[in-house]
Amino acid sequence: MEFTIPWASLFGGMLLGLSAALLMLFSGKVAGISGVIGGLLTPQKRESSWRAAFLAGMILSLLIVAPLGFALPDISDKNILLVSFSGLLVGFGTRLGNGCTSGHGIVGMGRFSKRSIYATLAFMVTAIAVVLIRRLLGAL
Amino acid sequence: MNHSKAKIIRIVTGWISGALFGSGMIISGMVDPNKVIAFLDIFGEWDPSLAFVMGGALIVFTPIYHFMIKKRKKAINGDLFKWTSNTTVDGTLISGAVIFGVGWGVAGLCPGPAIASIGGGSNIILAFTLSMIVGMVGANQYLAGRLPLPIVGYRKNICAITAGATSDSATPSTNQ
Repeated sequence: MEFTIPWASLFGGMLLGLSAALLMLFSGKVAGISGVIGGLLTPQKRESSWRAAFLAGMILSLLIVAPLGFALPDISDKNILLVSFSGLLVGFGTRLGNGCTSGHGIVGMGRFSKRSIYATLAFMVTAIAVVLIRRLLGAL
Repeated sequence: MNHSKAKIIRIVTGWISGALFGSGMIISGMVDPNKVIAFLDIFGEWDPSLAFVMGGALIVFTPIYHFMIKKRKKAINGDLFKWTSNTTVDGTLISGAVIFGVGWGVAGLCPGPAIASIGGGSNIILAFTLSMIVGMVGANQYLAGRLPLPIVGYRKNICAITAGATSDSATPSTNQ
């Protein structure tokens, strides 16, 4: 099999990096999605409106990429109980660990932050192990 | 810079960054849980394409941070930078990352793709997002010593929390 560079993934990733850089350069904020949502749950002065605007932009981005031919995948075959359980863990874990794939994986790693590098390694290794266990159980 | 102008920049930048971030999530394929699971399945039929998402993000963010942002005292609108001086890798950080990793591996969804997918109207995404918010509230309560967990019980060391409960990757209690 021949390997081809996944240009869409690379370009999409570059947009994430640009987004995080602009947000930090212009207003000093960290583009970590779990942090943006978490901050709205415990609101502080001057910390809510930009978060709401950020989330609104994210939700509406669907309409921006639609004319370019990008659409959301159909995931209606997923088990809603399993997905809800996963959501609880993701919400709990990202608050306890202060970040997710964006806050640690992009902004923290880009800053060479030791905490973020360890956290990214920890969640990557764990997720890979969970997928391996699911494969061994025949659930994949 | 006066306060109202700083606020306008904060909100407009937030919206533009959010729109770019969501677009990046959809274009890159991060919104597809099957693709995420295939990326994590390194012992099976591994699909490495999502490695290019983090790679692409880092080749853009890292130089802008180190050559433009790091030397500034404040952001362009005058706000302080929201990252932390905390460099301690502690049990709370790692256990949180591990719990997140389990959830990510179970469904292939993380917070960014979920929010970027909300507009699609999928009840799966809605269920994930609502559970995630419940999980976040639970974590905040646990960190504040108000919610006992199975096995570990109530959190005993509550001092580190106010910092821990509010920000992503960076704790806001200490700027810069």
